[in-house]
Amino acid sequence: MSKFSTTSRATLAGTLFTASLPFLIADRFVIDVLTLILFSAFLGQSWNILGGYAGQFSFGGVVFFGTGAYVSAILLNTFGIDPWIGIFAAIAAGVVTAAFIGFVSFRYGLRGSYFALITLAFAEVFRVIANSVEFTGGGVGIFIAHEPSLARLQFDDPAGFYYIAFVMALISILIAMWLERSRFGARLIAIRENEDAAEALGVNAFKCKMYAIMITGGMGGAAGTFYVQKYLYLDPPIAYGVAFSVEMLLVTIVGGLGTVFGPLIGSFVLHGVNEVARHFISEPGLSMIVYGVILVAIIGFLPNGLIGLFKKRRKKQGGDGDA
Amino acid sequence: MFSANLEILPAAVLNGVMFGAIYALVALGLTLIYGVLHIINFAHGAILMLVLYAVYFLFTLLGIDPYLALVIVVPISFVLGYGLYKYCIGKLAHGKDTNILLITLGLAIIFENAALFFFSADQQVIDVPYAYDSLDLGFVFLAVPKVISFFASLVICLLLWIMIAKTDMGKAIRAVAKERQGARLVGIDVDHIYAVTYGIGIACLGAAGCLLMPSFYVDPYTGNIFVIVAFTIVVLGGMGSIVGALIGGFIIGITESVGGLMFGESLGQIGISLIFILILLFRPTGLFGWKQ
Repeated sequence: MSKFSTTSRATLAGTLFTASLPFLIADRFVIDVLTLILFSAFLGQSWNILGGYAGQFSFGGVVFFGTGAYVSAILLNTFGIDPWIGIFAAIAAGVVTAAFIGFVSFRYGLRGSYFALITLAFAEVFRVIANSVEFTGGGVGIFIAHEPSLARLQFDDPAGFYYIAFVMALISILIAMWLERSRFGARLIAIRENEDAAEALGVNAFKCKMYAIMITGGMGGAAGTFYVQKYLYLDPPIAYGVAFSVEMLLVTIVGGLGTVFGPLIGSFVLHGVNEVARHFISEPGLSMIVYGVILVAIIGFLPNGLIGLFKKRRKKQGGDGDA
Repeated sequence: MFSANLEILPAAVLNGVMFGAIYALVALGLTLIYGVLHIINFAHGAILMLVLYAVYFLFTLLGIDPYLALVIVVPISFVLGYGLYKYCIGKLAHGKDTNILLITLGLAIIFENAALFFFSADQQVIDVPYAYDSLDLGFVFLAVPKVISFFASLVICLLLWIMIAKTDMGKAIRAVAKERQGARLVGIDVDHIYAVTYGIGIACLGAAGCLLMPSFYVDPYTGNIFVIVAFTIVVLGGMGSIVGALIGGFIIGITESVGGLMFGESLGQIGISLIFILILLFRPTGLFGWKQ
């Protein structure tokens, strides 16, 4: 055991603990919230690859999620193809969408807020198209039949969805861990810190950013399949609206931008605050006011995200402080 | 069908121009804030919504005409914006752009839900006596409130341009926009200028709200309608350009109006986003922006 660092031991313990939660908690509602937290952490991590590590902020991160969701929902409804195959089609659709948007934006050298805005515009275009054509169900949306079975990726027991979300979140964290140790990840961080300097040192920024957005896109697509199988409904505002775009950048930045556990921590705290506020305050709007105030307070007092809390403490204790 | 469309085309274009003026005012605040502070103000739509409620209550509770309310709402908006930046956004952001983004986002969530809590989700309209008056230009009828808002927007843009171009404060704002450190070195209080700029940006929203309310409605989510449109105009006109925001507003207003006429309500909206993407790709500095 001694060859493992404290961090990886804590990670392992955390993983086992999270995996055993459905056995410890009987309440369906709590399991549902935990599922949502893990799902949101997965979405956040997908955004984090491109936004956190490569420094390419997108305001339209939802576009990969929405495309994946539509692809697997249409495959299931129109062609009767199970979501287990659908999820790979959704990942492929996410990657292709990402490659297209990435190629267009990065080829024309869009950076910073210009890149952020063009992703927002692409999401809008997709939303309008999905709203106007027939095969997406237009503004009415798509309903997925409720037929719980493993093949259909639908479960009566909320623990079923919990484990799918758990595996997805775990994979996303492993991807981020791999990224932090790989040369590819180092290149992305170099691009984030100073793109011109990175290029001067021989980093092919265009290629690296393309790979990054394609990873983000693939993960987004997979999240789409999960979403439609769990919530059984999809329409253009869900698939391409700003809500999920904001959600993924929110959990990531609140937790800690460009860190392995940032999205998970951010998702846990934000959804936790939201659920607790909703539990105690029933008037419409008031719980979200509390949520907004806490959000602003977190940003105001922890400018490096919640993960800054842990890092600061570790530094004080004289740990390896890799801040 | 198509010939019928052609007949009402001039009307659609003119209506687009009229509504575009309001868009321009909303975008004016955004472009100023972006051009000087280099931040994307996500609270823009939510603050516009608050202004619309203010105009609504001034009319229903105190009987103050929306156009008369300009003299009350615009100064209050300025003070609100100044204070919001000085005591909230600027203080809490610690100079990091991502944090400013999230704080303005958080403020938007707070404002929207406060409106939902206090004013409910119902749509509110005001019933001014001249709401349905119209001008007959021979080939087209124009609603009087829209004509008033059009000319008022032009005047406000002109005033703002004079202020930026001719006054000492305007000179300081331009200096901070171009070179933050240099401005600090010659003795300009940069934080004060930031707060003033934010205040002016919000004051533009105040004006837009007063001009918009007689021909529009308000609910807690009204602001969202304007956010993406305003971003498009800002990019189209060139970030930080006043003239660009005005002309960008007209172009978007016409595109929306004519697009809706040609392609129907749903698909017609795509025109704005496509213009947005094309401008970003081929002329990211916008029509009137300067190269960074």
